[in-house]
Amino acid sequence: MFKIIEKEFLSENVARLVIEAPYIAKSRKAGHFIILRIDENGERIPLTISDANIENGTITLIVQRVGVSSHKLCSMNAGDSILDVVGPLGTATHIANVGTVLCAGGGVGVAPLFPIVQAMKLAGNRVITVIAARNKDLVILEDQMRAYSDELIIMTDDGSKGKKGLVTLGMEEVILREKINEAIVIGPAIMMKFAALTTKKYDIPTQASLNTIMVDGTGMCGACRVTVGGKTEFVCVNGPEFDAHKVNFDEMLNRLNAYKAKESKCYREYLETSEAVLN
Amino acid sequence: MESELNEEYYKNERKADWRDKLRKEMKSKDRTNIPKIHMIEEDPLVRNKSNIEVNKGLTLALALQESRRCLDCVAPTCIVGCPVGTNIPKFIKYLEAGDILGAAKVLKENNSLPAICGRVCPQEIQCEAQCVYVKKLSGEGAAIGHLERFVADYDREHGDNSIPAIAEPNGIKIGVVGSGPAGLTVAGELAKFGYDVTVFEALHDLGGVLKYGIPEFRLPNSIVDFEINTIKQMGVKFVTNFIVGKTATFDDLKSEGFVAFFIASGAGLPNFMNIPGENFNGVVSANEFLTRVNLMGGGKTQFDTPVHAGKNVVIVGGGNTAMDSVRTAKRMGAERAIIVYRRSQEEMPARAEEIKHAIEEEIEFINLTTPIEYFADENGNLNKMRVQKMGLGEPDASGRRRPIPIEGSEYDIDVDSVVIAVGVSPNPIIQQSMPELEVTKWNTIKVDENMMTSIPGLFAGGDIVRGGATVILAMGDGRKAASGIHAYAQKLVLAESV
Ligand SMILES: Cc1cc2nc3c(=O)[nH]c(=O)nc-3n(C[C@H](O)[C@H](O)[C@H](O)COP(=O)(O)OP(=O)(O)OC[C@H]3O[C@@H](n4cnc5c(N)ncnc54)[C@H](O)[C@@H]3O)c2cc1C
Ligand SMILES: Cc1cc2nc3c(=O)[nH]c(=O)nc-3n(C[C@H](O)[C@H](O)[C@H](O)COP(=O)(O)OP(=O)(O)OC[C@H]3O[C@@H](n4cnc5c(N)ncnc54)[C@H](O)[C@@H]3O)c2cc1C
Ligand code: SF4
Ligand code: SF4
Ligand code: FES
Repeated sequence: MFKIIEKEFLSENVARLVIEAPYIAKSRKAGHFIILRIDENGERIPLTISDANIENGTITLIVQRVGVSSHKLCSMNAGDSILDVVGPLGTATHIANVGTVLCAGGGVGVAPLFPIVQAMKLAGNRVITVIAARNKDLVILEDQMRAYSDELIIMTDDGSKGKKGLVTLGMEEVILREKINEAIVIGPAIMMKFAALTTKKYDIPTQASLNTIMVDGTGMCGACRVTVGGKTEFVCVNGPEFDAHKVNFDEMLNRLNAYKAKESKCYREYLETSEAVLN
Repeated sequence: MESELNEEYYKNERKADWRDKLRKEMKSKDRTNIPKIHMIEEDPLVRNKSNIEVNKGLTLALALQESRRCLDCVAPTCIVGCPVGTNIPKFIKYLEAGDILGAAKVLKENNSLPAICGRVCPQEIQCEAQCVYVKKLSGEGAAIGHLERFVADYDREHGDNSIPAIAEPNGIKIGVVGSGPAGLTVAGELAKFGYDVTVFEALHDLGGVLKYGIPEFRLPNSIVDFEINTIKQMGVKFVTNFIVGKTATFDDLKSEGFVAFFIASGAGLPNFMNIPGENFNGVVSANEFLTRVNLMGGGKTQFDTPVHAGKNVVIVGGGNTAMDSVRTAKRMGAERAIIVYRRSQEEMPARAEEIKHAIEEEIEFINLTTPIEYFADENGNLNKMRVQKMGLGEPDASGRRRPIPIEGSEYDIDVDSVVIAVGVSPNPIIQQSMPELEVTKWNTIKVDENMMTSIPGLFAGGDIVRGGATVILAMGDGRKAASGIHAYAQKLVLAESV
């Protein structure tokens, strides 16, 4: 059992959870994720380790409510326990001093972006961060990002905070203004697709962190497979980060919908239960 | 696979009075005239809609009848066919004498998981293939597997389920990576020697392939859990959700006092065929399909994990995994559940019994055929596959005739789900975390005759050493490694005490 030490909502649909997991706290690096299962009947869902505290033996997760499992997780509170947490999974982000790094995050992709922003800054890079959300209430981790960024640009779809427009607009402004040595983009697949097209135009080496469907997270099932440069890769063991210019995002978008019909139905049914209403 | 038969030993043992007497109760001629028994099976058209175990077990009367067929041979060649050298005539004769718990004791001398082996061993190519009935009398071998299962089940249900004798705890910590049959066996054996054993398992449940792979209708989880419980009672600790090489490295664990390790991480990496359309939705690996169903409860209403249960399902492959997948698909409600296999039925690596059961359960077989492309609708959901017929050429390295594509024989099959079961490769996590570990070109871990890897104190066995093999071979490795680890640890203790 893995105890929840702290829990707060960062925005209406995004919660931050601090969980006791001493081994993982010690061995995790930026870019790593975990897989958890809330209870006996739960599914295994992957979540990025957003932060960790070795002394306290805790890891921080930031989770957006999108379906049954993430909803249940967001409804848990400090003192509750999660049945299974395994990790750290995936390959750590390659962190080096390359000069100027452009970090772009959309939606809940801002959460997994944070440890990378942090590590890139600590490695001595100039870090420019662009975070995007639909409106001002959905902007998360602003202060944390600002603390580790030389410049933070906030974009909202409706202009209720920062600049009005999509993440790509903010990225392009920076790219036109100064030399970018490397870019990292994390967010919904569709956002990463267009962010990758943007940096490709300017030949900027770009990493994307892929959030495919997973089961075991250890290379055993192949549910997480994507095509990168014409080759099938397992995101859980060889990723989650890949050269964004080589990822077949259209295929990935399709694969994310593999269980959509069933999941939406389950979620609708779940929302009608008292458990969901109470929370 | 075959071991030397220590004929002297078995001859002397055979001379025991009670065995002598038993043999004389019936003439060999009469014994050979007894008809071979058949397993009691659930009705195929009932079982293919449920998860109840297909083989229902033997009655006492059937078990006794079969036990009398065994001739208690002077040179019991059957033993040579068993990878762990089970003392087959001895256990069968205890059974014939009516001492079933005594028979169980004999089984447990060499095999810590007889209820599992009795169910899943490919007996027809192992012990039973070496039985004198097959070798000399051109008949059907004694039903050793069925009897083994009967005795082990009886022991579980009626015995005192006492745990094996355990030596005084020696406080020496040994780590085991993986809780499949290899890991479980090593853990049980080392506990008997008095070691402080911890098994680390990456998944949230224990048992390896026995749990996530082999389905309930062939090997009920309750049986696997029973065996794991016995090992727990022997003092072995189990830690789930712990990936050695990720959650902590071997060096981390050494600093916590572990002196030796056994790697039994299995062959979990699914192979794909790399043909066009393989990443469309609806094409999954057998591991994914079976894991979603067996480990995650996919398809049952109270569980959150979704599974794609198609109406027209094709399983590509001809091994045990393919048979398990196709029979599972049928049970999930498929109207057509089809095996597409590139050779003919004769070359199928699956157990004969599984193929027979599948046929009875209305599984369709399209043999000598291979997929060459998948097609999907505008949403990327699989709706069709193109296959090509194959002819058989000269035997290849595996001794089976090589399939050769027949030009112009392509045709399409309507499908909404395809499960790929064309083999697995070794799980790469340990090797990735330890580049200095010596591996073969297939990425299996290299071991010496004591199952020790190129790194002292690090042992390995089961599928991670053999590639996809069998439960009993994994267990055999576990036993061998336990002796190897014991010798290694005792040497360390001696060195320290000087
Ligand atoms: C490496 C990795 C890191 C991730 N990090 C985070 C994170 O830090 N914060 C966060 O909020 N989310 C993260 N995700 C996504 C998160 O795992 C999914 O949102 C979650 O599994 C959805 O489960 P659900 O039951 O709530 O929704 P569901 O009803 O299952 O699905 C809703 C939608 O979410 C997507 N989805 C479903 N299952 C998965 C799955 N197993 N993995 C990915 N997407 C899925 C699908 O597009 C689906 O249509 C990450 C995913 C990966 C692969
Ligand atoms: C569907 C299917 C049907 C089969 N049917 C039969 C049959 O009828 N008869 C037969 O004899 N054989 C059968 N087999 C083969 C048999 O199951 C295997 O040969 C056997 O299970 C191998 O045992 P193992 O202990 O080496 O590994 P596994 O059973 O694969 O167990 C390995 C375990 O290690 C864990 N692990 C991996 N890496 C790590 C790590 N780094 N840290 C911690 N844990 C880790 C895995 O999660 C897994 O639980 C079948 C296999 C499959 C897939
Ligand atoms: S363990 Fe397997 S091979 Fe050995 S006797 Fe039993 S059924 Fe036969
Ligand atoms: S070879 Fe067959 S008949 Fe002879 S002892 Fe073994 S099982 Fe019995
Ligand atoms: S999640 Fe199963 S292989 Fe990646």
